[in-house]
Amino acid sequence: MGIVTPGFQGRPRSAEPALPPGQYLTEDFPVLSAGPTPKVPLDTWEFVITTETGEEVRWSWAEFTALPQETPTVDIHCVTRWSKRQTDWQGVSLDVLLDGVDTEATYALAHSYGGYTTNLPLADLRGGRAWVAHRYSGRDLPPEHGGPARLLVPHLYFWKSAKWVRGIRLKTMDEPGFWETAGYHDYGDPWREQRYAGD
Amino acid sequence: MSAALTWRVARLVERRVETPTAQTLVLDAPGWPGHLPGQHLDVRLTAEDGYQAARSYSLAAPAEGDRIALTVQRVPDGEVSPYLIDVYAPGDPVEVRGPVGGWFVWRPEQDTPVLLAAGGSGVVPLMAMVRARRAAGSRAPFRLLYSVRTPDDVFYAEELRRRARDDEGLDIAYVYTRRAPQGWDGEPHRVGPADVTATGWPPENQPLCYVCGPTGFVESVADLLVGLGHQPARVRTERFGPTG
Repeated sequence: MGIVTPGFQGRPRSAEPALPPGQYLTEDFPVLSAGPTPKVPLDTWEFVITTETGEEVRWSWAEFTALPQETPTVDIHCVTRWSKRQTDWQGVSLDVLLDGVDTEATYALAHSYGGYTTNLPLADLRGGRAWVAHRYSGRDLPPEHGGPARLLVPHLYFWKSAKWVRGIRLKTMDEPGFWETAGYHDYGDPWREQRYAGD
Repeated sequence: MSAALTWRVARLVERRVETPTAQTLVLDAPGWPGHLPGQHLDVRLTAEDGYQAARSYSLAAPAEGDRIALTVQRVPDGEVSPYLIDVYAPGDPVEVRGPVGGWFVWRPEQDTPVLLAAGGSGVVPLMAMVRARRAAGSRAPFRLLYSVRTPDDVFYAEELRRRARDDEGLDIAYVYTRRAPQGWDGEPHRVGPADVTATGWPPENQPLCYVCGPTGFVESVADLLVGLGHQPARVRTERFGPTG
């Protein structure tokens, strides 16, 4: 327990399922990103997986949206402390995208239109826990939330769910991404409150 | 990697009313490691029963020793900001942790032109840059474009008036979205291309642009800047949502 701040009571606590420590619920969908929102035309959009040996697998928008689709409903947790329950998405599982990709890599570096990057262990993209999502709440994903398509990795803080995702580079060594080199945690597990480097 | 950021106990030493809904809190935070203008900190409150709530706030000024300043805007139905504005008293402890954020920062050794575009309470981290510029004796040309609803909503109003007069190389322009003061040239409006062109720098000057405010403001101004030819990589943004 921290230092008691006199007179502070906080909101009444409810009995609903716990959020990760330090998080509070929000109903709206805040937007956080480091620069202008890229506008990516669908006719030039592509998603590319690049292996550690330089082999590439590419999907155009038509090819990507023709892949088997899933509709995860998940809670999401932003490192700035808001959490949002039961968000509805549609997208393609990374299991589908990585199926048949020949790799020994243990890390992945997601990169985005606009230059953003974020790193994850490759294992965290497998096992039905990660998607490239292109619809939210029954609609095409708006640009400010990462459309045309963003990564969705709800078991990690939401900065790992790279907006405007363009591809994933598979790597044998971990390489910190944009926020990870700016003081944020390398892994970002909300349940262990891994917000900042060293947490 | 760097060592873990630690929670420190800070105490309120001074409170300044900025507007009817916003106040600046000056805290004494022994051991504060210093920060760059534009960085933020986490503030954590603990109730008698052990319940904790934490929020991030932008640092409003460069540190003066262990003194740090944040400006808190009241969020209706918020959990933390109404407490900090109405209840939190001089000498009371809170915990703080920081500084955080290494992208939306201005470094006093930068001498390129700077455009600061603020929407409402988004002026707070930009004010830290304006104050740091003066404190460092920087000659980097600064232009601040500050969008507010009415003249009563201007944070740091007196100080900005003084700095516009005394800080050489600092220009300040206001845009009023609801009600303009007497003598202001124009009708209330949202920031548009003409405001950005008149107050900002041409893209050829390769300014660094810092845009901070509510999401709609940031989206709109960042898009305007990119549309005018500014490189997206030189437009840094921070979006403020209601955070209680």
